[in-house]
Amino acid sequence: MRFGIVRFPGSNCDADCFRAVTEGLSEEAFYLWHRERDLGGADAILLPGGFAYGDYLRAGAIARFSPIMKSVEAFARAGGPVLGICNGFQILCEAGLLPGALARNAGLRFLSLPVHIRVERTDTDFTGAYRTGQVLRMPLSHGEGRFVADEATVERLEAEGRVIFRYVDARGEASGTANPNGSLRNIAGICSEGRNVVGLMPHPDRAYDPILGSDDGLGMFRSAALAAATGATR
Amino acid sequence: MPRGGILDPEGETIGRALRELGYGGVGAVRSGRLIRLELEAEDTDAARDEAERMCEELLANPVIEDYAVEVRPVVEAAGEGA
Repeated sequence: MRFGIVRFPGSNCDADCFRAVTEGLSEEAFYLWHRERDLGGADAILLPGGFAYGDYLRAGAIARFSPIMKSVEAFARAGGPVLGICNGFQILCEAGLLPGALARNAGLRFLSLPVHIRVERTDTDFTGAYRTGQVLRMPLSHGEGRFVADEATVERLEAEGRVIFRYVDARGEASGTANPNGSLRNIAGICSEGRNVVGLMPHPDRAYDPILGSDDGLGMFRSAALAAATGATR
Repeated sequence: MPRGGILDPEGETIGRALRELGYGGVGAVRSGRLIRLELEAEDTDAARDEAERMCEELLANPVIEDYAVEVRPVVEAAGEGA
């Protein structure tokens, strides 16, 4: 399993993704510069966190026009697994690969804290190694993470089982106080219609080893490796 | 501008600050972004068309933002001391 990690100017979790894959999972990873067009034979693509292009205009707005994104879009539309973490999630929304948008946190403050998220669906390329209802703990770190979409879009996401992570308290309840940024319906992560493109705001890449406080995030990368190994199409 | 129905915490905070300063008549406040750009075009209509395409493609995110385009001759804009 070879994970291609896209680096934009301003990415800063590229090395976290690299180590999660290579040290946490003992799988192969390599970097892809945003000016490239060839995905180097990657089996899965990771769009890491950070501040691509300084988040100018809107987070992800400029990055989505990077040359490599054309290839990532084609890869995603052909069913290839693509995971966007934090800034990567923002880029996927701007690129139209995932619906909705990530707006400024309701409290207007940049947030950096550990959160709990509940696995709502295991039938995606990045959640197959979890149990439905499992509560994961991992860091969150962003200024623009409030998931918003029009009512029809949110209803569709819910009906199609495409809300895959929700902010919850430690007991797994999706309460208002467990919602750190004001996201609609506590939504922390969603997937595409084909269930191969996944985006979430919390950082599984910063939770791949108990020494980091949690290794709950490792399952996301393991899920992709398992899916590839078994050739599972769900 | 944030679209209607989209929570605008920045606008709300500005509104609260204005009311605390004694501007009691201040109602809803929405806070957005102004982008001024120079553009070479045939005429005003062509400039407007092009600017609207820019908004759709990059400058605004139609999921959460509305936009409005205003076209002015460059000389006038420069005269404002911008």
